[in-house]
Amino acid sequence: MKIGVVTFPGSNSDVDSINALTVAGVEPVTLWHESPELGGVSAVILPGGFAYGDYIRAGVIARFSPVMGSVKDFAASGGYVLGICNGFQVLAESGLVPGALLRNRSLRFAGHLVNIKPERLDSPFTRAATGEPLRVPVAHGEGCYYADDATLDELERAGQVLFRYVHDDGTPAIDPDDKANPNGSLRAIAGVCNAAGNVAGLMPHPERMSEEVLGNGGGMQLIKSLVESAAEWEKAGRPAPQLRIKVEAAR
Amino acid sequence: MSEFRYAVNVLPKPGILDPQGRAVELSLPHLSVTTVSKVRVGRRVELTVTAAAEPEARAVVDGLAKELLSNPLIEVYAIELLEGTSSVTAAGAAAK
Repeated sequence: MKIGVVTFPGSNSDVDSINALTVAGVEPVTLWHESPELGGVSAVILPGGFAYGDYIRAGVIARFSPVMGSVKDFAASGGYVLGICNGFQVLAESGLVPGALLRNRSLRFAGHLVNIKPERLDSPFTRAATGEPLRVPVAHGEGCYYADDATLDELERAGQVLFRYVHDDGTPAIDPDDKANPNGSLRAIAGVCNAAGNVAGLMPHPERMSEEVLGNGGGMQLIKSLVESAAEWEKAGRPAPQLRIKVEAAR
Repeated sequence: MSEFRYAVNVLPKPGILDPQGRAVELSLPHLSVTTVSKVRVGRRVELTVTAAAEPEARAVVDGLAKELLSNPLIEVYAIELLEGTSSVTAAGAAAK
């Protein structure tokens, strides 16, 4: 099975993603931003970096690149897309996941290890996770997750919040000024998915923590989740998008 | 065809956190300025559009402002005509 990793001008985590996929036993395919060709991949990763210099707003110029037209079609057809860091910003600017990423509340570039916890283990992007907090790096200046209150309520109701920043004991760092919340994200949101559940983005870098030699191999849980979901989708004959996440009725 | 020069002024939506504005405010005491508040930091983009008439040119700028220059979730924008025929004159000329 092949999983594609897009390289935009300014991407810098594409090689980390390719490495993580290789470790996971998948054939990585490099996708060039100027080409609409996805090469028959079973999933797409939009990696970290500073696509197009992050000019105007992080992610917005990448949104209009030829490859993103194909990624949008791929997502609409039911394919899995994971945006990491800058990739999350590209997805948000493209309207493929809800919300926006504002400049970090501290105004500082956040480059350190944080704890995130999957909100649910029954999503395509967390199915191989243990549920314990993951210690993963962040490296961004614009990662403060923002959406209006009504949207945040709806995301929580629909189970679209996939990851939150947490303390060592696993409790969410809800206060935006909490040190465990690296960028001041509302409701400590570190990652979300679209309503269908086949497109997700998160600010931290699981691919940079996908091997023991990098510190811990915890990030591999998320890479594996994507790989398993993509394999299942491929095996099922690439079904159209349907609700991939269960909405819990009484939240 | 005429050329119309515009400025698009983009600002964070009222009520949305503006860390840059806050940083500027925090620097004010260092300048011994005590009478300035509510600082918001945005972005100004100037551009020239070639079009037959001003409303047509403005529509192009408006589309760009919505799609690329601002993010309607978090920002508001205002378009300012800098040079070129005024919209009234241009509309009159187009009607002839």
